[in-house]
Amino acid sequence: MTRISIRLAALIGAAGLAATLAAPAHAGKTLDTIKQRGNINCGVSTGVAGFSAPDSQGQWSGLDADTCRALAAAVLGDAKKVNFVPLNAQQRFAALQSGEVDLLARNTTWTLTRDASLGFHFTTVTYYDGQGFLVPKKLKVTSAKQLKNAEICVQSGTTNEKNLADYFRAQNVKIKPVVFEGFEASFKAFFAGRCQAYTTDVSGLAGLRNKEAKNPDDYMIPDLISKEPLGPLVRRGDDEWFADVKWVIFALIEAEENGLTQANVDEQKANSKDPVVQRILGTSEDTGKLLGLDKEWALRAIKASGNYGEIFERNVGPKSVLKLPRGANNLWSKGGLVYAPPIR
Amino acid sequence: MSVDASATRETSGPPRTRPPLFAWFFQTLLVLALVALIAWLVSNTLAHLRERGIRAGFDFLTQPAGFEIGESWLSYESSQPFWSAFLAGLANTVRVALPGIVLATLLGTVIGLGRLSRNFLLRSISTGCVELLRNVPLLVQLLMWYFALTELLPASNDAVHVAPGIFLSKSGLSFPWWEAGGFDWPMAGELNVIGGASVTPEFLAVWMGLSTYTAAFVAETVRAGIQSVSAGQLHAAMSMGLTPRQALRYIVMPQALRVIVPSITNQYLNLTKNSSLAVAVGYPDLVSVANTALNQTGRAFECIAVIMSVYLVLSLLTSVLMNRYNARVALRGAG
Repeated sequence: MTRISIRLAALIGAAGLAATLAAPAHAGKTLDTIKQRGNINCGVSTGVAGFSAPDSQGQWSGLDADTCRALAAAVLGDAKKVNFVPLNAQQRFAALQSGEVDLLARNTTWTLTRDASLGFHFTTVTYYDGQGFLVPKKLKVTSAKQLKNAEICVQSGTTNEKNLADYFRAQNVKIKPVVFEGFEASFKAFFAGRCQAYTTDVSGLAGLRNKEAKNPDDYMIPDLISKEPLGPLVRRGDDEWFADVKWVIFALIEAEENGLTQANVDEQKANSKDPVVQRILGTSEDTGKLLGLDKEWALRAIKASGNYGEIFERNVGPKSVLKLPRGANNLWSKGGLVYAPPIR
Repeated sequence: MSVDASATRETSGPPRTRPPLFAWFFQTLLVLALVALIAWLVSNTLAHLRERGIRAGFDFLTQPAGFEIGESWLSYESSQPFWSAFLAGLANTVRVALPGIVLATLLGTVIGLGRLSRNFLLRSISTGCVELLRNVPLLVQLLMWYFALTELLPASNDAVHVAPGIFLSKSGLSFPWWEAGGFDWPMAGELNVIGGASVTPEFLAVWMGLSTYTAAFVAETVRAGIQSVSAGQLHAAMSMGLTPRQALRYIVMPQALRVIVPSITNQYLNLTKNSSLAVAVGYPDLVSVANTALNQTGRAFECIAVIMSVYLVLSLLTSVLMNRYNARVALRGAG
């Protein structure tokens, strides 16, 4: 009998183990878990210049990285308390679903399928992007429509792959995609001459051209074929955390609108008589309480990363490697699309 | 029961056999418990997925896939449903695995015989090949083939005209192909070579990488198989006046095959499964297509399940075919 009872015991043990594994990651209490853990697990890319890329010392920089830092400053009071988790395009959604990361700030396009069927909430748009092509100038291609029969390198698991098919089907033009799993493999093949064009979001193309090409002037970006609103996303089922992420980003945008910068925010807190500024910085009303945070949450976020405009300038703007114009990512009051609901 | 069994063994006499009813009872119980466990795991997973607002199920397979596949045997386009995309991916897997098996067998046999050659140079080269190929990871070899092909070949809009109608460039090898009552000849287009049929550098890299890597293992199997036949057999054959070639063909090989076939079957299975590494160099095999589908739909469980079951079926199929062949050579050897 012993062997059978051992077997049964093992079976019961396995079942118990499976039960613990299958149990849902503590839903609804993300903020508590983060406070207890002492840092935020922020899912980022494996290295997309301007959005999230590690330098030689392992320091992450970029628009997405700065968003996570501002969030850590607001929530935990310390911008350094971010644990960056690099994820490739295939891993990213599973990592957020399983609770391995608290938010995904990984230049991810907001689409219906992702928002409605994967168990996520997109918080807000932090960068308005569009898909384009990188083409060697010597091919004399001035419009994407001229890419008939061309081989186009693209990374798998992106919205780019689908846009590519849609666009050329609508144009009734045949192309051959060459699909790579890794970002690095895909652009290396392109620069080796395997494809006549490379496609991804324009921000990504700018980074590639300026960082990876031997001579950036040999390449050009003809035209855009899609809209790609990029922004952080969180798991469903925790509305409090969803609100926190959303409002920290809104605070950064509001800060730009009201002239609050990394440099002047302390001085403004002490002297400003503007009721809007007072509300943002927590000198009049306690907006933090409504979010489960303290009074100075927005102040700390701005001090950590600067306002939205400063984050943009530093990471993707004309003075950065990407050299991208502000364009659609300017404030609504300056002809762009960036708009935050009021903090009140 | 283990205690009982060892006790009876010590007190000599035949081991006591378990009453069949007793055995049946516990085996049924175990099967029931297993089924219950699996059912519970599945329902638990589904319940949690639902709870977190994650859609599950295979219904997405009939939705339009929405992405293109670079090369395929089947006529596939992005408006077709996911299941035809999977099928196109599977066709690509078979398309590289079959030629891979053929080339690996040919190369492997030649290298394996070379290892046994009396010619020092031939023997050393064969040994060198085997050691080099089987000791470098396959993924590295695939990348090496791929980068060699894409770096060394001329640009796509500057293809070399190797022979009439045959072009070679970074876009691959283009050749004339029979289509609708006539040959379709490839031509140099503005961006790359158009028309005719072509194989891409991705295909070539995967095919060459898989074939040469597996050939090293096939070579070792062939060598071991031949060496397993006792030297006396060969001497006997020679003394009866057979030439070395005849002795190999009629005496050694039929006996060696009994040893070779089962383990070569494993190599064929490995080659088929290793073709899943094709995704690293951008060849659109089943795994590559399933990965894309997984990302477009977010149905991780379902897509992985498709990959698993397809490889399982492919491997079992290969096994069945090879076992049949093995039964034939084994019987002949025994007879």
